[in-house]
Amino acid sequence: MDFTYDEEQLALRDAARSLLTKSYSDFENRRKAVGTGHDGDGPGYDPAVWGQMAEMGLLALPFSEEDGGVGAGPVEVGIVAEEVGRVIAPEPFLTTVVLAGGLVAAVGTDEQRGEIVGGLAAGELVPALAHAEPGSRWQPSARTVSATQDGDTWTLEGVKEPVPYGATADLLVVSAALPDGGTGLFTVDPSVDGVERTGYRTPDGGRAARVRLSGVTATPLGEAGADATEAIAASYDATRVAAAQEAVGAMQVALDTTSDYLKSRKQFGVPLKTFQALTFRAADMYVSLELARSLAQWATMVLASPSTDAAERRTAATRAWAQVSRAARHIGQEAIQLHGGIGVTAEYSVGSYTAHLTTLDHLLGDSRHHLGALARGVADYDVVDPIG
Amino acid sequence: MQLELSDDDATFRDELREFFTTKVDEDIRTVVRERGELTKDQIVRGHRTLNEAGLAVPHWPVEWGGRDWTPLQRHIWHEEMQRAAVLPPLAFNTSMIGPVIAQFGTQEQKERFLPKTANLDIWWSQGFSEPDAGSDLASLRTSAVRDGDDWIVNGQKTWTTLGQYGDWIFTLVRTDPDVKKQAGISMLLIDMTSPGVEVRPIELIDGGHEVNEVWFSDVRVPAENLVGEVNSGWTQAKFLLGNERVGVAPVGSVKRVLAQTKEWAAATTTDADGTTLLDDPLVASRIAELENELLALELTALRVVANSADGKPHPASSVLKLKGSELQQAVSELVVDVAGPAGLGSGGTSETSDLEQWQRRATPAYLNLRKASIYGGSNEVQRQIIAGTILGL
Repeated sequence: MDFTYDEEQLALRDAARSLLTKSYSDFENRRKAVGTGHDGDGPGYDPAVWGQMAEMGLLALPFSEEDGGVGAGPVEVGIVAEEVGRVIAPEPFLTTVVLAGGLVAAVGTDEQRGEIVGGLAAGELVPALAHAEPGSRWQPSARTVSATQDGDTWTLEGVKEPVPYGATADLLVVSAALPDGGTGLFTVDPSVDGVERTGYRTPDGGRAARVRLSGVTATPLGEAGADATEAIAASYDATRVAAAQEAVGAMQVALDTTSDYLKSRKQFGVPLKTFQALTFRAADMYVSLELARSLAQWATMVLASPSTDAAERRTAATRAWAQVSRAARHIGQEAIQLHGGIGVTAEYSVGSYTAHLTTLDHLLGDSRHHLGALARGVADYDVVDPIG
Repeated sequence: MQLELSDDDATFRDELREFFTTKVDEDIRTVVRERGELTKDQIVRGHRTLNEAGLAVPHWPVEWGGRDWTPLQRHIWHEEMQRAAVLPPLAFNTSMIGPVIAQFGTQEQKERFLPKTANLDIWWSQGFSEPDAGSDLASLRTSAVRDGDDWIVNGQKTWTTLGQYGDWIFTLVRTDPDVKKQAGISMLLIDMTSPGVEVRPIELIDGGHEVNEVWFSDVRVPAENLVGEVNSGWTQAKFLLGNERVGVAPVGSVKRVLAQTKEWAAATTTDADGTTLLDDPLVASRIAELENELLALELTALRVVANSADGKPHPASSVLKLKGSELQQAVSELVVDVAGPAGLGSGGTSETSDLEQWQRRATPAYLNLRKASIYGGSNEVQRQIIAGTILGL
């Protein structure tokens, strides 16, 4: 058992940190990229930074070399995710590379993988996964968007929402209820007739969209008519683990920012760190962070291990996100409170960290959702043994 | 990064698991499993079983019985022991004074004390805290005044756990009252059969007699029993307390109690139709949450041991005591709630009560474990350490 990164992984971390810090260490740059107020125009990120991430190979990390990737794994993805989290870079690394890209890599035909994953890795094509539906709560299946088949032609009907970065995506990967049960996956060219996309801002300045599909012709992703429920669940699991690493990066910086503020901000003629009521709360934030970091790193290792099965990976992702989600609420709330009024302003960074951490819960399920799943299984084993 | 143990470590774990589950007397493991009180004989017997197998002092210098294990192997040893409901070796001997004597003692002191300490031929007690020196340990007042070849000790120590069994006591005493408080302290080893040593029991809220006051009235202690230099006792104290903090997260035993709690909850029917307490979603969710927090704690302990190899503790080690005691208490509270009305039976025995032993022990154990967030540096002291040394506040 080994929690340390090797030389190559450390070099990757340094490179990713260097690029993302250059882009976003000035928080004003992030504000420009995401827009201000309720403005939901634009892609919600900086396409130039996205291009640099592609050039550095970050978008190619999890994909095989045959598909145009570099054949790295969950550890490397986690390293980059943590760096994305440290500056809450608005680029859709998580939803596009890990979630949508991971799903295409898992179920697409050779040709589809080459085109979509290859395009994504090169920074030339941005796919989005249109899976959530109004009323759904993180289930891996589709219900209200349905697929019908006529010969070789598949047609989709219904509304997908919220679709992360769905309004500007070059390609939609859409899940839909199959005629004979199960959930199929399809690709949809968003420019075809019958696709209506309405984009808006998410709470952290990201973007999501309603995607209305009215008799849209779609191409099956992978084998036509095959049930992709498990693949969707697995891709969300991988996304949860990467998101856990991203959240750890964000929580670390939220805590560091808070500690710095307690040292520099004076009230009653003394630095805030004079008040134990505040420093003890910062200490508790550190406890939450370190416990969350341990589970995030462990889940990453479970995903990367050749000897774990799908059920073990599912459980690890559930455990990791249940813990990280709880820590994110705690650290996010306290970071704002320990700052005082400046913490709720848009021009100061710390509140946006809290907003982003909250947004991840909406995407991946909150701690109640995941603890509920764990609670239903507690009778099935005696102890949790983390060592493989 | 790698999830799996190396082949060597996996073999190491299997061998220890085999030993702990087959070679330690069953009567001892049963009491530990049922959260009962061990007799002195059981504690000594269990300790010596470990020592004979080279498993009592693996972290000591090799010369004195240490095994030169990696930090990960020491962690596995500690976890497997607790998992098997084996009582760990007596901490006063093996974690506290033994390493101090090995590090700071004279060759004579090492030869005189270390083998007997390892084998529990000497039962050590701890004489640190005083009525006016708790978290503020350095303000201790028990005095030692030089008289010829002896020190004359006067004062009072308190919270001396299992002092009623003690043969010797390692103490911090004030040898210079006129300097900064940390600079006037020395460490003295005192034979508890010396004239003037008196042990008085303190009854705790669980009804048990676990801790004591130890009074010293003109106790004559040979100068050769001083450990290290005169007035260097604070150095030895910090060394000892640092060791104490690292081994203080009782993950394995809390995991075991939580697993037992599931069995107890599953055996507790709440309805004529056979519904059990484990079917109650509120109970199940508390268990799920505690299991996940314990997992996070265990993984943090593994991270810390893996990164402390250069001898310097990983900063996250301060999390272990704080969170470990909180979870230990939370699990003991869950057991209280699972016991329900049967918790009233604390005074019963297997002769006088039809209630299960775990039900009768639930509340005394819970009350007793309130100590966990107080000893070894209270959790408020731990927060102070985190805020000060890690966050720079």
